[in-house]
Amino acid sequence: MRLSREEVQHIALLARLGVDEADLQKFSEQLSNILENFEILQKVDTTGVPPTSHPVALSNVIRDDEAAPSLLPGEVLANAPREEDGCFRVRAVLE
Amino acid sequence: MEYETVIGLEVHAQLLTKSKMFCSCSTDYADAPPNTHVCPVCLGMPGVLPTINRQAIEYAIMTALALNCTIAEHTRFDRKNYPYPDLMKGYQISQYDNPLSHDGWLAIEVEGGERRIGITRVHQEEDVAKLWHRTEPATGETYSLVDVNRAGVPLMEIVSEPDLRSPEEARQYLMKLRSILQYLGVSTGNMEEGSFRCDANISIRPMGNGGSTAKVEVKNMNSFKAVYRALEYEVERQRKVLEKGGKLVQETRGWVEEKGATVSQRSKEYAHDYRYFPEPDLPPLTISREMVEELRSRLPELPDDRRDRFMSQYGLSRYDANLLTASRAQADYFESCLELFPGGEGEKKAKTVANWLLGEYARLFNVTETEITECRVEPRHLVEMLGLIGEGTLSTTMAKAVFEEMFHSGRRAPEIVQEKGLAQVSAASELEAVVAQVLADNAQAVADYRQGREQALKFMVGQVMRATRGQANPQVVNEMLVKKLEEG
Repeated sequence: MRLSREEVQHIALLARLGVDEADLQKFSEQLSNILENFEILQKVDTTGVPPTSHPVALSNVIRDDEAAPSLLPGEVLANAPREEDGCFRVRAVLE
Repeated sequence: MEYETVIGLEVHAQLLTKSKMFCSCSTDYADAPPNTHVCPVCLGMPGVLPTINRQAIEYAIMTALALNCTIAEHTRFDRKNYPYPDLMKGYQISQYDNPLSHDGWLAIEVEGGERRIGITRVHQEEDVAKLWHRTEPATGETYSLVDVNRAGVPLMEIVSEPDLRSPEEARQYLMKLRSILQYLGVSTGNMEEGSFRCDANISIRPMGNGGSTAKVEVKNMNSFKAVYRALEYEVERQRKVLEKGGKLVQETRGWVEEKGATVSQRSKEYAHDYRYFPEPDLPPLTISREMVEELRSRLPELPDDRRDRFMSQYGLSRYDANLLTASRAQADYFESCLELFPGGEGEKKAKTVANWLLGEYARLFNVTETEITECRVEPRHLVEMLGLIGEGTLSTTMAKAVFEEMFHSGRRAPEIVQEKGLAQVSAASELEAVVAQVLADNAQAVADYRQGREQALKFMVGQVMRATRGQANPQVVNEMLVKKLEEG
């Protein structure tokens, strides 16, 4: 299965990644290869095998409801590109 | 043409846990400065490992059981991806195709009985960060400020089937749902503070025609009243579009309180391309039947059961029992009063207390915009006042004035009665002079009474009451007047 240019563009937009013409070429190639590998896997007969969502056979990893101290405000905002009034400042995103 | 309204509701309720859904940050952020209840998990830093909060899962299962849902044996969390700055990770941890529970119902009161509204599912997810939108005064540039304190607070989503047929039914559903959450003690259910939020899907269709027209999603309704008004507005708007031969479009509309109208919201680009996939950081959950039964045994008496018990145990009407049990705090208050009320017949006591709670209390809560949880009159103080009425010290009319004073000041009835001289006068010796005066002043009424006109007696009782500013015991006055009149 080949991914079209438009599909790659759409995925890039969803991920908020800027891509140029050369990227589009390269990524549609690479992403298509990945999909083709999965197509091979899909040929395996899995009749009677329950679907797996997690590769590690763990379940019910759970914690008690106890509160612990959080980060200090300075630490929280340490990576903020911009800050204002103790908040992260980001570009407006219209809904 | 007659149309039928079809409404489904989606409710999000914050759970009353101490810590967040997937990390140990405290959920007590209401009065905290921004970004003080935040850790690397909340921020979605690389390499962090979220872990499921047991209490949140238990609360969600209890809610699902109270809503008659089937609890899944296997459930898991999924990532819901969308690019919006209220998500630090770029996704929300939610549940998609293996929710915690499904297929339940909730009963609402309709004319002539009750109706079951289907519950599609109850699932668990996390709340998102809070945004403030601002504009740079100099440049006009718009930007947003992000406070992450709320992100990660356990959020339970309750989705109804499109079974509601009117804005009033939607309101009933929400009130009942909130009441159940409050009885369970799993959420404050406070809509104004945002711990209980509601989105609605609404469409109308020609009566009797099973098909559906375009579904409109309504958001931004921040009170029960807003939900009711927004839905009423939508029914009317959609009907007008159809009657003009127009076509309804599937869209999201926001309720604008000041305008009293819903306004189309520019739909999010690719909003429904959430690309759900299983959350790899959280192994699935297996919910044992033992755990389900253990949680079921911990469910308190719920509003419907309590209403039925109030009807059978106290002989209350369904209407009164519904009102009393709508709030757990009020139902508890009611029963505390009855426990403290000495002696007497159970049903009579119940009726008396119910009348006060649904009468004067309700009126004053309304006027002062407060709730029973803030009430300064304790159950034992109401009972004390009712005792004064019972023994004849206080007339029912006077009691209302005394109660109002108790309600506002928190002072006790005997103190107010004494201070304001409101005690009912029942002693004949104290009423003698007034009765004599009224007889002397109303020769015509006396003559009328002697000619057999009962009305005249009532008139004279009224005159005595007036002269004593309502303090005389009308029954005693009545007896005294009759006696004097017979003596001639």
